[in-house]
Amino acid sequence: MFLNTYTDSIDFNAAREWIHTTLSGVMPAWGVTLTECVLVGLCLLLGYALIALALIYIERKVCAFFQCRLGPNRVGPYGTVQSVADMVKMLIKELIHINHVDQFLFNLAPFIVIISSVLAFGCLPFAKGLAVLDFNVGIFFLMAASSIGIVGILLAGWSSNNKYSMIGAMRSGAQMISYELSIGLSILTMVVLSGTMQLSEIVERQSEVWFLFSGHIPALIAFLIYLVAGTAETNRGPFDLPEADSELTAGYHTEYSGMHFGFFYLAEYLNLFIVAGIATTLFLGGWMPLHISGWEGFNAVMDFIPSIVWFLAKVGVVIFVIMWFKWTFPRLRIDQLLTLEWKYLLPLSLLNLLLMTLVVALGLYF
Amino acid sequence: MDLTLLLVVIITAIFLVVAALGLDWLLSPRSFNKQKGEPYECGIPTRGRSWMQFRVGYYLFAILFLIFDVEAMFMFPWAVIVREVGVAGLINILFFLLILVLGLAYAWKKGALEWK
Repeated sequence: MFLNTYTDSIDFNAAREWIHTTLSGVMPAWGVTLTECVLVGLCLLLGYALIALALIYIERKVCAFFQCRLGPNRVGPYGTVQSVADMVKMLIKELIHINHVDQFLFNLAPFIVIISSVLAFGCLPFAKGLAVLDFNVGIFFLMAASSIGIVGILLAGWSSNNKYSMIGAMRSGAQMISYELSIGLSILTMVVLSGTMQLSEIVERQSEVWFLFSGHIPALIAFLIYLVAGTAETNRGPFDLPEADSELTAGYHTEYSGMHFGFFYLAEYLNLFIVAGIATTLFLGGWMPLHISGWEGFNAVMDFIPSIVWFLAKVGVVIFVIMWFKWTFPRLRIDQLLTLEWKYLLPLSLLNLLLMTLVVALGLYF
Repeated sequence: MDLTLLLVVIITAIFLVVAALGLDWLLSPRSFNKQKGEPYECGIPTRGRSWMQFRVGYYLFAILFLIFDVEAMFMFPWAVIVREVGVAGLINILFFLLILVLGLAYAWKKGALEWK
């Protein structure tokens, strides 16, 4: 069929093979592998840093517009270099050592947080043939990798020798593990529909209809549950109890300074991107273009847009919605937060899983 | 499965942290002040230990989390083959889910889900 012949205008598979053959011509096999590994690492690092900087700028600008302010507008055109300036400022700040801190855990925490977010970041399928890690248990690995971050946050709060950090970390831990259940169950619901856990395969299977539409009502419910739980998982919006600045100063990273703090900041924005990226991959068709069956001309125009643009645009929309949540709802209390998860979202997602299984078992999906 | 790439990603993450911390260490000024090492507590001297008692409720939720998270883990292999096994698979998993839902209902009735 026409829809299955989608060819990307930027072919990353071809680019990868070109690099491989070019390198093979000039150096031995071990050199090729080493150079490729370094290249992959550099690209990952560059993408990670650029996306974090862009997201920090976008967040500040979007926040400002929601509050009828201008936001950053002095550094660079429209304030675009503001977040770079912030990073430089963070780099030239002293790393303060607090008395009686558990040194080992205090220094270990940023490592764990960053490793977990980089691992999860590497799993995302950005475009056709552009994903660093593409396991056959991809989505499962992604969940596992991103949940290591909770350990880092708990360690950071515990080791800081500060009461605010301690309370912030405890709240954060309770919140993140609770909402992880809903995230896990809504991902499970989509795995039932897709029949595979490999992320690239999940995207390929949405070439005709996105899963959000092909799964009828269960997919829609799963998407809503995922959005709510994902917002809670990133400690944002109405769920920002762990860093409720009016009660807890800054939560678990109160005692961190300089780049130590910068890592938590980076990981927070990257987690936002990862949550939006998973939502895009599972529900909104990943890098697949929007197709409406029958409209051949429309489909051809959509196919012309490169897949990476599709992915980033969809992620952008999801991120905007999550930012929208933040400025629409007031902050929840901790008992409301736990009630929402354990008494509403968890039973609902269990029921939804059964509903989806029924839909798939009876063959009612598209 | 390419485990080399997994290793590359982990090393990249470690490199990011080490490089940025090293850069910070090189660029940042250093000064010593007796008050600087005090933990922050609204500007007043710290009272008591920071490793204090906290609510037992957190443990309760952690234990409940463990049950349901492991449940989700067990169900992933099943989820992949639902299309092939069809209604029989649904009936089989119903028993598994029923036990867990009963567990949740028990915790609910006992008041474990209340934040007191």
